[in-house]
Amino acid sequence: MCLAVPMQLEEITGDRGIVTIGGAKREIGLNLLPDARKGDFVLVHAGFAIQKIDEKEARETIELFREMERLA
Amino acid sequence: MKYIDEFRRKEPVQALLRSITDCSAGYSAEAPMTFMEVCGTHTMTIARSGIRAMLPPSVRLISGPGCPVCVTPNAFIDHAVELARRSDSIITTFGDMMRVPGSRSSLSMERASGSDIRVVTSALDALDLAKKNSGRPVVFLGVGFETTAPTIAASLYMARQEHISNFFVLSAHKTMPPPMDMLSRGSIAIHGYLCPGHVSAVIGADAYRFLPEKYGIACVVAGFEPLDILQSIAMLAKQVRENRPGVEIAYTRAVTRQGNYAARAMMEKVFDPCDSEWRGLGVIPGSGLALSPTYAAFDAGARFSVTVPPPQEHKGCRCGDVLQATIIPSQCGLFGTVCTPASPAGPCMVSTEGTCAAYYKYLRHREAGPLPV
Repeated sequence: MCLAVPMQLEEITGDRGIVTIGGAKREIGLNLLPDARKGDFVLVHAGFAIQKIDEKEARETIELFREMERLA
Repeated sequence: MKYIDEFRRKEPVQALLRSITDCSAGYSAEAPMTFMEVCGTHTMTIARSGIRAMLPPSVRLISGPGCPVCVTPNAFIDHAVELARRSDSIITTFGDMMRVPGSRSSLSMERASGSDIRVVTSALDALDLAKKNSGRPVVFLGVGFETTAPTIAASLYMARQEHISNFFVLSAHKTMPPPMDMLSRGSIAIHGYLCPGHVSAVIGADAYRFLPEKYGIACVVAGFEPLDILQSIAMLAKQVRENRPGVEIAYTRAVTRQGNYAARAMMEKVFDPCDSEWRGLGVIPGSGLALSPTYAAFDAGARFSVTVPPPQEHKGCRCGDVLQATIIPSQCGLFGTVCTPASPAGPCMVSTEGTCAAYYKYLRHREAGPLPV
């Protein structure tokens, strides 16, 4: 039930936005993430963006995994 | 897909498993390092990706009360059924609730009998439906943890702003920290929690600080892809190994210490904490969310008086024990025979995130790991 999918925010109109993933688009509410900006990857749950994906943190985690691979 | 595929790669798995094995040295299949996940989406990732079978016998994963549909007691479903039987009302719900058997009926049985029950993927859809059907009450069944509750709160906020008077919510919303507190005092020795990633995206990782402080239990906030889970288990094992229980975040790309302030504020504006009944765990003080006095006019429970007969449990169903992790699904006498996804006896088999559904789909043909003591 707590499934949330990272989608990219393409358009913002007031407190609604259009997000896309793999070519699919949908309208979501931005009321819970008022500082979301066009181009952000946001976690979408039950029709609302609930959090922004922190790209820097994501890259660091991916880099950590690569580091582990090298050491393995 | 960005931020999904990168966390499904197989290459880092061996290194993570080695770290988990090293850190759990000294533990055994008889007395394993035990970690509980309290999120149905984690339950499904773990089952689907075969993580239990990869782990050394010295580490055991158990599933707690992480599926909102599963922990919702029969009394709530019975209440929803009675509301659906009112001839004028439209009931809206997330799809998972449809087939959950209540004491005597389910929402899908009521729909087959003519009630107007509609599946929505967002409370916004229910609100839109209310706008289009202004002459009829539209009741949304509010089920879900802190990930979901702010979305329902936002819908109620909009309904109030826009003076929509035919939109109502029957709230069974619940919050995660209280049952984690309760289970930490229970009969099962839990060394660490895989904390729910999207609940934590809202409430923040600091919400779990009481667990290491009060009980010495390790906590790691985990993401939802297979590498996220393995990384989190490795971090938990390291905390236990080094005897420094704390709250760490593995899912740093979505979770902060404080969470999402706007979502928490919305939730606090619309809901007040209340005591709430959990299937299998009983009434847990302060673990539910009821509509605050400002939003009392939107409370379906207060607005419509229906007579709800006393709840009954399905004979033999052990969902309550599964939710407390005192048994695994295959230890229930109904599992896989009387109770299957096609004909479920209990909610843990109905919900796509239920522990029984996960075991049935991915693990029923093999021994699912050591049994809980």
